[in-house]
Amino acid sequence: MADIAFLLLTFFLVTTTISNDRGLSIQLPPPPEAQPPEDVKVQERNIFKVQVNSADRVLIEGEPMEDLSGLKEMIKKFVLNNGADPNSSDSPDKAIVSFKTDRGTSHKKFIELLDICQAAYYDIYADRAGLSGSMEEKNKKFREIASDLANPANKEVYERAREGIPMQISIAEPTKVGGN
Amino acid sequence: MSKFKKKANVKQDIPTSSMPDVVFMLLFFFMVTTQLRETSIEVQQRIPEATQLRKLQRKTLVTNLYIGKPIKVEQYGEEPKIQAQDVFIEPSGIGKWVNAERDKLREDEKDQLTVSLKVDNEAKRGIIVDVETELRKANARKLLYNTREFSKNNR
Repeated sequence: MADIAFLLLTFFLVTTTISNDRGLSIQLPPPPEAQPPEDVKVQERNIFKVQVNSADRVLIEGEPMEDLSGLKEMIKKFVLNNGADPNSSDSPDKAIVSFKTDRGTSHKKFIELLDICQAAYYDIYADRAGLSGSMEEKNKKFREIASDLANPANKEVYERAREGIPMQISIAEPTKVGGN
Repeated sequence: MSKFKKKANVKQDIPTSSMPDVVFMLLFFFMVTTQLRETSIEVQQRIPEATQLRKLQRKTLVTNLYIGKPIKVEQYGEEPKIQAQDVFIEPSGIGKWVNAERDKLREDEKDQLTVSLKVDNEAKRGIIVDVETELRKANARKLLYNTREFSKNNR
């Protein structure tokens, strides 16, 4: 009896793959030909530029940046500026984080930066959702809420937190220096 | 008149009568959690790490694309390739593939198809953007970059 059970156990142990359906979720823009190329005028001050070249070097608002630890706070400050600083955004709903890469940028760097951009927004949402705990805990709680929108209570919190502050991370078509 | 003391009369065996229970419990756990993998992945998969993970609730709506350097370099070359199910596809074939995946879903869920991109750390943005452009054309716009939970000792 126990032998058979062991055999089966070993079989399942070996064949099992605990699937990992977690990651950074984004919504792609509509198909290229569906949008007429209209000139959307966005003021310079409402764009926060993040650029990465083919050697994975980062430019933030035109300035090279090696240490990315302060970037999240910069983005949060930029989004929540509300017109206070004339060089920063007018209002949260106009603020756009423009994220431009090169074809040669590695996926690792791309994910690292996208993670920081999303972290800034989730931090803001978590603050507005009125959750308790440290920043990290709040952020985690909010992401759990956002993952389960089938629950009406969660949906209400989620919409309230996002009200007026859409997550506008624009991932631009990459330049063609490196890569294939 | 024994000078040597008798050994203490304590049983040293571990009771094994409950072993089958434990084994069965583990067995059921693995039987329930297991998902037989129907495809073998032919590209390198060192998945990047991130902190802001979101979990997908409906697994039936998720379909995977694997991108990375082929494991059999001598056969397929060094350039990163796209694997869907168990074949390599070119970016131009993605539209067809999306439609095939969509057909597997229920009628009212067809627009909720989520593509999960499992991309190797070293893959370049170029190939991923090509895939994204094709996905946009096929109107499969829900995308997930598969990542692992960030752990401090790994970076």
